[in-house]
Amino acid sequence: MIFSNAQMERYSRHIILKEVGVKGQKRLMESRVLIVGAGGLGSPAALYLAAAGVGVIGIADADAVDLSNLQRQVLHGAADVGKPKVDSAREAMEAVNPDIKVNAHRIFVNANNVLDLIENYDFVIDGTDNFPAKFLINDACVLARKPFSHAGIIRFQGQLMTYVPGAGPCYRCVFETPPPPDAVPTCRQAGVIGAVAGVIGSLQAMEAVKYIVGIGQLLTGSLLTYDALAMEFRKLKLPRRDDCAVCGDSPSIVKPFDYEATVCEVSL
Amino acid sequence: MPEYPVDESVDITDVVCPVTFVKAKVAMEELEEGQVISIRMNEGEPVQNVPRSIKDEGHQILKLIDNKDGTCSLIVRKGREDA
Repeated sequence: MIFSNAQMERYSRHIILKEVGVKGQKRLMESRVLIVGAGGLGSPAALYLAAAGVGVIGIADADAVDLSNLQRQVLHGAADVGKPKVDSAREAMEAVNPDIKVNAHRIFVNANNVLDLIENYDFVIDGTDNFPAKFLINDACVLARKPFSHAGIIRFQGQLMTYVPGAGPCYRCVFETPPPPDAVPTCRQAGVIGAVAGVIGSLQAMEAVKYIVGIGQLLTGSLLTYDALAMEFRKLKLPRRDDCAVCGDSPSIVKPFDYEATVCEVSL
Repeated sequence: MPEYPVDESVDITDVVCPVTFVKAKVAMEELEEGQVISIRMNEGEPVQNVPRSIKDEGHQILKLIDNKDGTCSLIVRKGREDA
């Protein structure tokens, strides 16, 4: 028997689904997903992927839990304030599912470590909160031919898209360069509803599950936007750009590099 | 026990719905198309639901045998992959 009785019970709702079944659950259990950022987006993504039985989950974050995080970062509890986020993230995921392996990477992801970090994973979830990190993860994933889910949230809005090598645009095709510092406020300055992080982070987990199991349509070639106040989802079709600096036909970016982050962004 | 040529057998009397079907499905995964499995299940709810779910997956129900001990054996031929 492939699964123990306990595993059959734990994953019964997956296995019953024709689209997932025994094979899909096995794929999930053999997969490795990296989540960059144990914050608002990373929290639901980490919990759902742990619950789904993703075999190895990497979580990368250099910060410690702050009281102001708890409004949206459901991986962490009041007792975790002051603790490294990756530690409380690991504890929360293992509490949900002791079968999985969690790799805690207590690092700021930068141009020097990003390729080594993503190398051992099948899919990357960008749960970061600043533009330099988002461009860095995009460039690294394009260069390493690693599929990833981009997402961003602010106030009552969120967006996400999925990059798969050879299918559709990368983040840089859509947004060529980061906006100038202070042109766009961070969520510390602008505020965000916790449940928006829950919606978008859960959608990122859903994209990872579909990619791993190999079912359905991914958000490749489209950007999904969510407006919580208007209660509207929009799916914008976006083409790959032949002249994209990183995934284009003659790329000028051939290795990851760091944009300078503003002081405020770094500690978010 | 069934007087039927079976390649494999699985006992799902030790689990309850919906794990009954899940356990049968996991066991069937090991089979090749066309192979036959005997699935021993409790009378009542499993007999009502498991055969239907197995049929929905594209497998062929050959026979349901009453074992006269409160259990039944469902004889199934595995259908086409991703049917």
